[in-house]
Amino acid sequence: MDFVRALLGLPPAGTTLADEIDRLHAIVISVTMISATLVFVAAFWFCVRYRRRFAGQLTKHITIPLAGELTVIGGILVSFVAFWIVGYRQFLNLVSAPSGAAVAYVTAKQWMWTFEYPDGTSTNDSLVVPVGQATKLAMISRDVIHSLYVPAFRIKHDVLPGRYTTVWFRPTTPGRYPIFCAEYCGTEHSGMRAEVVVLSEKDYADWQSSRVASGTVSMAQTGASVAARRGCLACHTLNGAPHVGPTFSRLYESTVRLEDGRTVVADEAYLTRSMMDPMADRVAGFASVMPTYRGVLSPADTGAILELIKSLRDAEIAAGVTLPHLEVAAAPDAGEVTGGKDGAP
Amino acid sequence: VTATAIAPELADRGGEIEIAPGRETYLTAKTSFLSWALTTDHKRIGVLFFFGTSLALALGGAFAIALRTEHLSPGRTIMSAVGYNRMFTLHGVTMVWLFMIPSIPSAFGNFLLPIMIGAKDVAFPKLNLLSVYLYLAGAALVLGGMLVGGTDTGWTFYAPYSSVSPTAVVPVVAGVFVIGFSSIVTGLNFIVTTHTMRAQGLGWMRLPLFVWALYGTSVIQVLATPVLGVALLLVGIDHAFSWGMFDPARGGDPVLFQHLFWFYSHPAVYIMILPAMGVISEVVCTFAHKNPSSYKAIAYSTFGIAFVGFLTWGHHMFVAGMSAFDAGAFGILSMLVAVFSAIKVVTWVATLRRGSIALKTPLLYVFAFLFLFVFGGMTGVAVATTSLDVHWHDTYFVVAHFHFIMVGGTLTGWLAAVHYWFPKVTGRLYPERLGVVSAVLVFIGFFLTFFPQFLLGNGGMPRRYYDYPPQFQTLHVVSTCGAWILGATMLFTLTYLAWAAVRGERAPANPWDSRSFEWRAPSPPPPHNFVDPPSFEHGAYDYTRPLETAS
Repeated sequence: MDFVRALLGLPPAGTTLADEIDRLHAIVISVTMISATLVFVAAFWFCVRYRRRFAGQLTKHITIPLAGELTVIGGILVSFVAFWIVGYRQFLNLVSAPSGAAVAYVTAKQWMWTFEYPDGTSTNDSLVVPVGQATKLAMISRDVIHSLYVPAFRIKHDVLPGRYTTVWFRPTTPGRYPIFCAEYCGTEHSGMRAEVVVLSEKDYADWQSSRVASGTVSMAQTGASVAARRGCLACHTLNGAPHVGPTFSRLYESTVRLEDGRTVVADEAYLTRSMMDPMADRVAGFASVMPTYRGVLSPADTGAILELIKSLRDAEIAAGVTLPHLEVAAAPDAGEVTGGKDGAP
Repeated sequence: VTATAIAPELADRGGEIEIAPGRETYLTAKTSFLSWALTTDHKRIGVLFFFGTSLALALGGAFAIALRTEHLSPGRTIMSAVGYNRMFTLHGVTMVWLFMIPSIPSAFGNFLLPIMIGAKDVAFPKLNLLSVYLYLAGAALVLGGMLVGGTDTGWTFYAPYSSVSPTAVVPVVAGVFVIGFSSIVTGLNFIVTTHTMRAQGLGWMRLPLFVWALYGTSVIQVLATPVLGVALLLVGIDHAFSWGMFDPARGGDPVLFQHLFWFYSHPAVYIMILPAMGVISEVVCTFAHKNPSSYKAIAYSTFGIAFVGFLTWGHHMFVAGMSAFDAGAFGILSMLVAVFSAIKVVTWVATLRRGSIALKTPLLYVFAFLFLFVFGGMTGVAVATTSLDVHWHDTYFVVAHFHFIMVGGTLTGWLAAVHYWFPKVTGRLYPERLGVVSAVLVFIGFFLTFFPQFLLGNGGMPRRYYDYPPQFQTLHVVSTCGAWILGATMLFTLTYLAWAAVRGERAPANPWDSRSFEWRAPSPPPPHNFVDPPSFEHGAYDYTRPLETAS
């Protein structure tokens, strides 16, 4: 594999999914080069073999038989569909984070990245993650569209203003991997870089303890005070008790039934959409009274409320309280297809 | 001597043909400035478009050379980041809307469509003149926008950056908006002309394949361009008056702009490539002296491309926040559109088989086209493979892909057309040996410029990067050298063509001994295309017997 990567100019692979993607890459590119060369060689050979012998030379009227045409078209179609099937399966793995992945929050603005961690700390130029652990990034922009791109991880996703998008990876090797902004965002677009720092488990534990010592407030704690200040808790409870709006308790990653009969999984994208556009996906059985928080909640506050909701994922069940149905599927392996779920509306 | 076939042996020697005394051509009928500025002759309008688009090519090419030169080293080489961002925007806008979209349809289509169907002119000659002035007005707005500071949004004008960019966005989007109308008017004219003005007995399945290509292109121009107009109008309003159409803080949606933009701009790549495909069909048959191996496959696949091309725009947005279901659907539809292109390629190559092939400059350009188009097209299949696109999206791989297929295809198709129809338009022959040199060097220059960019993209080099990490420098330098070769070759080509247009040998009416209908008119044609009413009894691709001379 390393030889193929060197040949194609691919960066070293840093995640569990990179190998199979690179394998498909090599196959698709080989087919591309072979077919372009074959077409060229065939045309060239015909030019030599059937060169004009004398001026005004005439030719017979020859057409391809229909069967021949259909065979060629069918053959081409089959190989294209094969690429699509394999590629789409891989794509579903790339966009579906395993349940229980650690989450870091990414805020993009012209022209820098900010990374926030659930413990309340943040970094600017590097995203620090432990090796072997699936990490999901919940990303939002404060101005124009950006795109988070880690070539070594074969991942990329646009970072939009006003809406959270997610991307995930499970790094396999400790090291430092560059992050680029891939969506043109203005003058210093090419300077909008950072890196993912993948640490071994021991180094990561050291890194974390050195930060906790500084005594920061965790994002979930910040979320609780933001939720109180912004009036969220007037309608949403934290202990599972029924109220005007759905409770935050055990809400995260549960399956929610909507007023129009659809069901959605309450992930970062759904929860933030509900804050910014509450009427878009209204939960069944609740009145449409929630105001929009678009332009009211800053990205940092939004992330903090998300963390608050997530911290209540495995909360105790209060007696006599009916809870939303929890998704009970085990966290899938990285190699498995988990089915497509919408990353965004 | 009038309209008819000349003995081929005479053609091979270049001939000592003088235009019969007293025979008027479209060039000599009237010569005043106003006779050109207010002309409604489709041939003169074609020539005007040819000069306009060639100038745009020179300008866009000069921008490209400057951009490539900047990339000789990381950081600043010859310009600032602000200058670089404005220049790649102008390079894109100029090449896409001022060169590639009108290059073949508005110049060669205008010149040839009526002759190919045996008509005296297009259906609406005055609208045709209007399309010239709309093009010029749009070009003036775009280039005027450059003079008042330029714009730095990229040719894609992505919101919300285009709403807040501190540069002259409004004149540039207004210019493109106006050029869009030129495109619509030309498309409408071609559709009506093809439907209503075909000579008697000239049914659809007997038309030259270039006409089919123009017809398919025109349908896309008429249906897709209004959507571009809407999208750009909204961007202009947003920029000028801050209506917040694409600003999420005020309820707008930035991704909506991308849907609107690509709904036009994906079909637009077929506006660029379909006419080139039409040229290839003509050139292959003429120089192979053979009927197309499947006329129907080429004609119908044109419509497959034009129709399915409307359903693939989402493949530009796999990582822009669309659902996984949408990504899958757009992925498979993109594969489907590639099949239609593959059908054409197979048919062209099969046409060469058992032909009687004369390897002249236009056919050499067909070879360049075949390689660039197949390689570029297959990398299109690669980027339509969703998981691979995640890595390649917005990198140099995509830049290389669309330059191979869209620019490589259009440019080599255009150069094939320029050489192939040169005797028809000017009445003179281009120097064949210089043509061969130019075709070979264009291919080498193009390949050297863009092949390294595939590797850059594999390595993770994002596009639209002023500055880049040092490990990418070697490939950037190779690419820049290729661009210089390509630029120098283009200058060389335009120079010998300009010389030949004035001083070249006189051409016979039909120097390639072609059966296609436009060669039955004199070269250059008289003001109303034909001296005697043309006969279309002999098919456009019937090489089984000599072409009977009409008089």
